[in-house]
Amino acid sequence: MYKNERKRTFLIITLVIVAIFFCFNTLPLIQGVIYSFTNYRGYGTFDWVGLRNYIDLFRDSRVGHSYLFTFKYAIVCTIITNVISLILALGLNSKIRGKSALRGIYFIPNVLGGLVIGYIFSFIFTYILPVIGQTLGIEVLSSSILANTKLAWLGIVVVGAWQAIAMNTIIYISGLQTVPEDVYEAGALDGATGWQKFRHLTFPLIIPFFSINLVLCMKNFLMVFDQIMSMTKGGPSQSTESISYLIYNNGMSGGQFGFQSANAVLFFVVIVIISAFQLKFTGSKEEQL
Amino acid sequence: MMKENQLRGARTNKLIMILLIIGCVTIFFPLYMAVIIAFKQPSEMTNDIAGALAFPSHWSFDNFRQAMEVTDFWNSLGNSLLITVVTVVLSVLVCGLASYAIGRSMLNNRKFKWIYFYIVSGMFVPFAILMMPLVKQTAHMGIDNRFGVIVLYLVFYMPLNLMLYVGYLKNVPIALEEAAHVDGASTWRTYWSIIFPVMKPMHATVAVLTAMSVWNDVMTPLVIMSGTGKNTLPLAQLNFQTQFGTNYNLAFASYILALLPILIFYIICQKQILNGVTNGAVK
Repeated sequence: MYKNERKRTFLIITLVIVAIFFCFNTLPLIQGVIYSFTNYRGYGTFDWVGLRNYIDLFRDSRVGHSYLFTFKYAIVCTIITNVISLILALGLNSKIRGKSALRGIYFIPNVLGGLVIGYIFSFIFTYILPVIGQTLGIEVLSSSILANTKLAWLGIVVVGAWQAIAMNTIIYISGLQTVPEDVYEAGALDGATGWQKFRHLTFPLIIPFFSINLVLCMKNFLMVFDQIMSMTKGGPSQSTESISYLIYNNGMSGGQFGFQSANAVLFFVVIVIISAFQLKFTGSKEEQL
Repeated sequence: MMKENQLRGARTNKLIMILLIIGCVTIFFPLYMAVIIAFKQPSEMTNDIAGALAFPSHWSFDNFRQAMEVTDFWNSLGNSLLITVVTVVLSVLVCGLASYAIGRSMLNNRKFKWIYFYIVSGMFVPFAILMMPLVKQTAHMGIDNRFGVIVLYLVFYMPLNLMLYVGYLKNVPIALEEAAHVDGASTWRTYWSIIFPVMKPMHATVAVLTAMSVWNDVMTPLVIMSGTGKNTLPLAQLNFQTQFGTNYNLAFASYILALLPILIFYIICQKQILNGVTNGAVK
């Protein structure tokens, strides 16, 4: 009797949860896929257009450009973020005074909202950095980098990394704390120091944390939106238009509901493939060790 | 030899500490600048660096007062608080219960394992693909408002929260609930009186992670609540951008006001937040 009552209760709870989840996650996902086969503008009537939206996606230079920008941004940001946070984590994990205070300070960027931080940094890039550039006679910096089609993306990289480093550092620190002290003692007997110690002892042991960070970073950076919204709005001349921003901008108000739905479906597939690939790649590396 | 090593170790540690303290400049510089500009008058904003970084001639809260009026600060703050608190409470109650039902059932039932993977895989669905259909759907259901946003958050963060809770439950011995059942308690009661309290560390993690994501999110309220005339704190910064115009002092006062609540919260609960984040990451 107890077993049956337990089973029934679990079943009811699960059904309710699945119903809610289906209604607000899977259902809109299915609708998105359906819209992607139409020429819906967001209002009025629409026709089925089959795969035309998908074919057009690959011909549309604006879409192509947004993928190029988003990937360039995500890859560069992921590398910068992981290198700096790993260095910071090693520092914050060494035997220093004021360790917990320093850790607390380095986490601050993560609790602050991306939009407002974007506004603050865009002021720095527009007014502070050019003055420094002019004073030091560096030509590239002497005007706002956010107004420069070739450099604006770097400004967004700085803000994205500034915030993400906080989170990644904490994850690396918790990884470093799982490395037992005697590993280092054994390593010291073998004469391992500095870079060697890190390369052969520390790093292999924190690979699981490295892979979490890679996957998290890549996924979050690919979905970049807030910083674009507050810093460049996709400009100058669409040079910093991320995929999310393009879908939002043209899909919600640009009359491309159907077309951008196809773009979103493609984006979803890309994210799934990349995440699966990363997990598999880092997972297999882990086993070898 | 040993002593020499220790000495060298102490010296490098001191060097590391100094470097780390210098590094803090990158964290504090933008915040310092924002505070300084927020306290200044537009007439003090000269074109050199001092215009943005030197102390104001006198400290006045005028900009803050004005920013509060322009952005309807208290209402935005109220909306943000309401949405965040209700989402966190619901997430802890609903996802905790869901993880108990699904996590325990999947031990001996493969169908529940599929349900678990079904929900967790929702983590990879970008908001961009849900956004447009959800605008239609919430409007159709009459929940294109704060309530709708809360429901959406509950569902968006369910995959991660469920994964965290189920992972934690694996280490909670079943013998604990069986003992309660022998005493005649129903499954429902067993959960609330025994399992729910045991999961307390995970509640903290879930609450911290959910709260930080919800508080800072712009996209969901932007697309769902746009017709209601109501703002969350970050959304207000976006919507009043045009009203700030070139008055950066007013804008920065408003930014500081928007950052302050979460910053104060972080300073008070720093330990719990860092623990919560670490817990979530390791799992």
